[in-house]
Amino acid sequence: MISVNLLAIFYLISGILFILALRGLSSPETSRQGNLFGIIGMAIAITVTFLSIDNFSSGFLYVILFLLIGGSIGAFIAFKIPMTAMPELVAGFHSLVGLAAVFVAISAFISPEVFNLGSSGNIKLASLIEMSIGAAVGAITFSGSIIAFLKLRGLMSGSPITFPGQHILNLLILISIIILTYFLCLSQSPNFFWSLIAISFLVGFLLIIPIGGADMPVVISMLNSYSGWAAAGIGFTLENTALIITGALVGSSGAILSYIMCKGMNRSFFNVILGGFGGTDQTSSKTSKEQKPVKSGNADDAAFLMKNASSVIIVPGYGMAVAQAQHALREMVDSLKKNGVKVSYAIHPVAGRMPGHMNVLLAEANVPYDEVFELEEINNDFANCDVAYVIGANDVTNPVAKTDPQSPIYGMPVLDVEKSKSVLFVKRSLSPGYAGIDNDLFYRDNTLMLFADAKKMTEDIIKNL
Amino acid sequence: MEIDPFIFRLSIFILSIFVGYYVVWSVTPSLHTPLMSVTNAISSVIIVGAIIASLAGTNLSVFNQSSIFGFLAIVLAAINIFGGFLVTQRMLAMYKKKKKDKK
Repeated sequence: MISVNLLAIFYLISGILFILALRGLSSPETSRQGNLFGIIGMAIAITVTFLSIDNFSSGFLYVILFLLIGGSIGAFIAFKIPMTAMPELVAGFHSLVGLAAVFVAISAFISPEVFNLGSSGNIKLASLIEMSIGAAVGAITFSGSIIAFLKLRGLMSGSPITFPGQHILNLLILISIIILTYFLCLSQSPNFFWSLIAISFLVGFLLIIPIGGADMPVVISMLNSYSGWAAAGIGFTLENTALIITGALVGSSGAILSYIMCKGMNRSFFNVILGGFGGTDQTSSKTSKEQKPVKSGNADDAAFLMKNASSVIIVPGYGMAVAQAQHALREMVDSLKKNGVKVSYAIHPVAGRMPGHMNVLLAEANVPYDEVFELEEINNDFANCDVAYVIGANDVTNPVAKTDPQSPIYGMPVLDVEKSKSVLFVKRSLSPGYAGIDNDLFYRDNTLMLFADAKKMTEDIIKNL
Repeated sequence: MEIDPFIFRLSIFILSIFVGYYVVWSVTPSLHTPLMSVTNAISSVIIVGAIIASLAGTNLSVFNQSSIFGFLAIVLAAINIFGGFLVTQRMLAMYKKKKKDKK
């Protein structure tokens, strides 16, 4: 049994170690050490919590047991999961944090005396508000992440689900959450508490269904942020510094990532959240366009072009992840390098389904991270490059974002692939991308379309090199 | 007149948001995925609350209404802690390779 003050100091130390864990991620060299700090911080937090318990009842054994059960499930998932499934894994993990927050809040509501929050039916007002916030945000995080998980996993259609009156409904529900919290504080009635949680689950669900697949980077970051705020809310209830610090860190981390992702699409956060982007009605008006000539080629042409180039820039997108083409791509780059071709990779901020998605896949395929560049770092190099190899990306290369103010993606930062001498565009068909608009790039003189699956085409090119 | 302890916690909270803001902006974009998985793992420090909640029972009845929620929360948070840190470790190990032997 250690004193409350000592306990608080240890929680502060864990909080600081968590800050260092995030700090480590500023470069790949320090990142592993950072992760270690995080693990130590967590170990300290759990150990001192055990030490703070004065009566070692038999319940203690169950705590260890459940900890080990959860731990082994987590470890199993962590080792088994393929890197391509990372977006849905992260979404799944968010949902667990949310649900854990809800459970802790419920537990605190049923037995407030355990947490020194007063007695049942007579909980301190501040604690009641804090646990309501923790429970509501946790529930929204849970159901929202479940929908995100289902969409990313492909178990649910990635296209936006909209219906009339959606925004009004959401607004009404949000207002009802505030009213419920008010009555809960007034009456302390469990009924209000349960309804609050139930309605919050509904909000999370309604909030995510109208958001389409390619907006998932924003959704995942947003849910990341929510899980942090939920933890912070519980931290206030439990008067726990480690939880408050961590909640604030995670909350602001997710918020910054959402901001970066929105900026990568030149859309406001509310525009993404209100959803419905890239619906089918936008495509119909564009398909009536006259058939424009397209140059298409085969693996042989592509191999010839790249072999004789002096520099090649690879532009990967979500299609590469779907086709799992990253390993084939790396092999192709290896043979190009043997031919003396300089190769680099250009990553758009919103390429893929989560922040940094492409970087992880390339790292998995052993691509050295100093060959991988962000949009701002590499965009000027396209003008001096011989071949741009676009694999599974579409909207992020569309020059229309720079030229046509009418276009839904106007103003979005795009990779200037059209400035390179020739563009190889690996794609299964001429269908428009997520934004539902035609890519002007397909019809350019310097573009050669390679109609095939990304992985198969890349493998064929290797054979021809 | 004493300051309400809540104000101290609020101060910690606000300052941590600022710390988070500056620390996260310095994270390199290529590590944004590990950032998400590690924040996931650390936010599971909520397990601290779950442990206290699960010991709400007595020696005679370990499982009561409130401790059951605590135990469930322990399982969920533990999945996240182990899963989150290990998967981050796995990802970061991939970033280690090359760099030196390539050039």
